[in-house]
Amino acid sequence: MSVLVFAESFNGAFKKSTFEVVSYAKRVADAQGDALTAVAFNVSDAEAAELGKYGASNVLNVSNDALSGFDSGIYAAAVAQAAQQAGAATVVVSNTPNGKAFAPRVAVKLNAGIVSGVSEVPTGNTVRKPVFSGKAYADFTFNTEHKVIAIQPNSIGIQEFGGSASVEAFSPSLDGIRGVTVREVKSAGGGVPLPEAELVVSAGRGLKGPENWGMIEELADLLGAATACSRPVADTHWRPHHEHVGQTGVAIRPNLYIAVGISGAIQHLAGVNQSKVIVVINKDPEAPFFKAADYGIVGDAFEVVPKLIDAFKASAN
Amino acid sequence: MKFLVCISKTPDTTTKISFSEGDTKFSEDGVQFIINPYDEWYALVRALELKESLGGSVTVVNVGPAANDAVIRKALAIGADDAVRIDAEPQDAFQVAELIANYAGDQAYDMILTGKETIDYNGAMVGAIIAEKMNLPFISLASKLDMEGSTAVLEREIQGGKEVVACDLPLVVSAQKGMAEQRIPNMRGIMQARTKPLNVVAGEAAAKTSVAKYQLPAEKGAVKLIDADNPAELWDLLRNDAKVI
Repeated sequence: MSVLVFAESFNGAFKKSTFEVVSYAKRVADAQGDALTAVAFNVSDAEAAELGKYGASNVLNVSNDALSGFDSGIYAAAVAQAAQQAGAATVVVSNTPNGKAFAPRVAVKLNAGIVSGVSEVPTGNTVRKPVFSGKAYADFTFNTEHKVIAIQPNSIGIQEFGGSASVEAFSPSLDGIRGVTVREVKSAGGGVPLPEAELVVSAGRGLKGPENWGMIEELADLLGAATACSRPVADTHWRPHHEHVGQTGVAIRPNLYIAVGISGAIQHLAGVNQSKVIVVINKDPEAPFFKAADYGIVGDAFEVVPKLIDAFKASAN
Repeated sequence: MKFLVCISKTPDTTTKISFSEGDTKFSEDGVQFIINPYDEWYALVRALELKESLGGSVTVVNVGPAANDAVIRKALAIGADDAVRIDAEPQDAFQVAELIANYAGDQAYDMILTGKETIDYNGAMVGAIIAEKMNLPFISLASKLDMEGSTAVLEREIQGGKEVVACDLPLVVSAQKGMAEQRIPNMRGIMQARTKPLNVVAGEAAAKTSVAKYQLPAEKGAVKLIDADNPAELWDLLRNDAKVI
């Protein structure tokens, strides 16, 4: 048996999350003593061959207009057929918005168990993922021969293996599936989209009003970070709803999360507790967020943030 | 239109999580349970809004034991017309979704909605599995849902942005923030909920995964405090110590 990884592409090119999932799948394949096959849709053979660097030894390259817009049923049909073609018992995908939509359908087609949001490389038959919104981890085991593993983006990192991949055309049968019609694709435009940002600067009610966000945006721009906010800030329309991180908003896992004037309610922490490094700036030394932080500055945001901006500019020069 | 909204019972967000039996079971002692917020705030409320403007009915379905009835009654108090409880102990997403798909198979729902994920296992899988089992289109992570005649028009999250998709009924949708606003049940709704139908049906399906062990995260070390008058130290630590910038 082999391992199959789905290599998601956007307008003919792979993203970082694709290279991450391929290198993760390579480690899964190595642990099982299997070869790694990737499946990609509507990319050039040269782009497909790139996956060799990250551990794929063979790429099934599918060219089909039915896959140019995303539909979960059609994607699942193509990936499940690729798994059969490759003789794969394990299918690995990235838990991106599209991955979440089609991977469970692949599991149904292959009669496989599925675990999504996996954050570590499996040990034996066990995969680990955060549960209870990051308040605990669970080790899942599969009761099935076939497995689908959906890994959380930005949890494992990219690894290069320096190999090369052969590329072969693959033509799954995709007729007769009733899917969706994509009418419009809206890229987030400007700035960095929050859900996949590696650096995030976030602010809360401590900023007193929307007119004070200039310094937060300036800091974010300097770092190349996305901006975010707490729920009360979104609910009072100081900031747009799509910036709300927390239990009922967006859950993020950046490398760095800087929280300014946010007390750190448990609902907020549930959306950010998978961040690798947390910096908290708050004038209240008793703010609960300091307990979850790696670095903290006790001080008034209106004094501390401008100083941080100046210090960053000075250190970057 | 005939809506089915899948609701899960989850621990309240502020619950302190603990485990028993050698870290193999979630400990329910003293835990307050709620309807999974994504199911309630977004999926259920948007189904109610569409029913109110277009006519039809909203049924909620839950997989679980009789202890779940209190949480199901809350969905009726918010405005669902009736409820179905599939009497089985929920074990994994696959089993729960299969039970719901088996029940819904001959009920001719126009739209089946779930929240984008539950706040306990964070799987985001039930909607897609139901769709595949029932051979229906599935639109995930939708933040807007409107009807144009018999076509649903939705805005959904994609990597780096959003896209607008159209799909004919019937279909399965997973809902997230933006689709609707939370509704607080009023006294009249709470009184009516007591007499609304809550039908219990039997079902059987097998889980395909199990949890071998739970673990609480390692205690976070104490925060390193930086003097507000020496902000350069933060950048130095982030660059050279944490290596994140």
